[in-house]
Amino acid sequence: MAGLERILLEHPFFRGLDAAAGSLIVGCARNVVFEPGRYMCREGEPADEFYLLREGTVALEIAAPGRAPSVFLTLGEGEIVGVSWLTPPYRWSFDARAVDRVRALGLDARCLRAKCEADHDLGYELMKRCLALLTRRLHATRLQMLDVYARPAV
Amino acid sequence: MSAVAPATVDPADPWIPRSYRVTRRTSESPDTATLEVVPSEGALPAFRPGQFNMLYAFGVGEIAVSLSGDPADRSRFVHTVRTVGAVSGAIAALPAGAVLGLRGPFGTPWPLEEARGRDIILIAGGLGLAPLRPAIHEVLGHRERYRRVVILVGMRNPNDILYRHELERWRSTLDVELEVTVDRADAGWHGHVGVVPSLIPRTSFDPAHAIAMICGPEIMMRFTAQALEGVGVALERIYVSMERNMKCAIGLCGHCQFGPLFVCRDGPVMRMDRIAKIFAVREI
Repeated sequence: MAGLERILLEHPFFRGLDAAAGSLIVGCARNVVFEPGRYMCREGEPADEFYLLREGTVALEIAAPGRAPSVFLTLGEGEIVGVSWLTPPYRWSFDARAVDRVRALGLDARCLRAKCEADHDLGYELMKRCLALLTRRLHATRLQMLDVYARPAV
Repeated sequence: MSAVAPATVDPADPWIPRSYRVTRRTSESPDTATLEVVPSEGALPAFRPGQFNMLYAFGVGEIAVSLSGDPADRSRFVHTVRTVGAVSGAIAALPAGAVLGLRGPFGTPWPLEEARGRDIILIAGGLGLAPLRPAIHEVLGHRERYRRVVILVGMRNPNDILYRHELERWRSTLDVELEVTVDRADAGWHGHVGVVPSLIPRTSFDPAHAIAMICGPEIMMRFTAQALEGVGVALERIYVSMERNMKCAIGLCGHCQFGPLFVCRDGPVMRMDRIAKIFAVREI
């Protein structure tokens, strides 16, 4: 198994994926590195690539005029940055900044979408994985929004 | 039905407050202070991590407050108090030299004996770090008794981080994995952002044998227990510290009733599998 394919199949997001699907997906993958402070994506830009993190920390931010950007989530090794590539209009909905040196596998979104359209089994497999991830993040966001550590109302 | 047998209560008459004097007051944040107190006369009772005292502000009232100091330190009790009402406000404001009433210690401790030889996961949310702090001291003071030690702490924002210097010291210990996350931050914060359950899959421990101890707001404990269960920690190895309005502290008055249990007598530390059904009942 080639190096990139092995890395892809060992990443938690793709763990358990069969080798045939791995061979298909790896054709869309490349190694990427982001130095600290570099933005991997910016809100509103085309979501034409998403990232499987291998090393380093990424801060997801939302910028508001006149205020410092607000960090709403940090992600690390074994996690993925971005699901905006899945649904139209395929644009990022946040900024992602490398907190320290980040190594990742970048997956070309157009390439992957085309493969999912051509092979619905592959597409369904990817959708299940993305949906599980989105559900976890939605669940965590609900807890975050509850502001449970705030001073209780008297 | 309690998870751990209650420790022996020191006072001959648990109804009678003894006089204690504040020897030191440390402001943790604008609404939270840590008090160190010593008996006005007589010896300091022993306590076990997880237990609580009833603190009495004369003329104002009495509340339950967890012990948050090092159990190996037999010279004083340490309590971290957050102002949420008249009594907690009066106690949190007590200066060094002030006198207060104290009954206790009461309640069940964290299962540190049972955790020996196992991975131990200590998870705190917000002020929930205070009741877990004695357990952390005990674990780090007897590090050889445990396998992997993981401490996960969730706070509202970087400014609210409790016991910051201690967390930094614990984190520098090479055989302890300690992570702090905050619910919200600006770009000046370089640590984790996100809820504390999301740290669980990122840490390394043996879920088949680990013991987890959780303390924080009830909803945080519920989500955290679910996340632990999700990675394979059985409910019978998950302990939580419950909080209810305690009055008598010895299981008589019923103010802290939690289903068939009294939190003051059968808790505050309870085993998750034994309370899971009650935990899910909204009216309780």
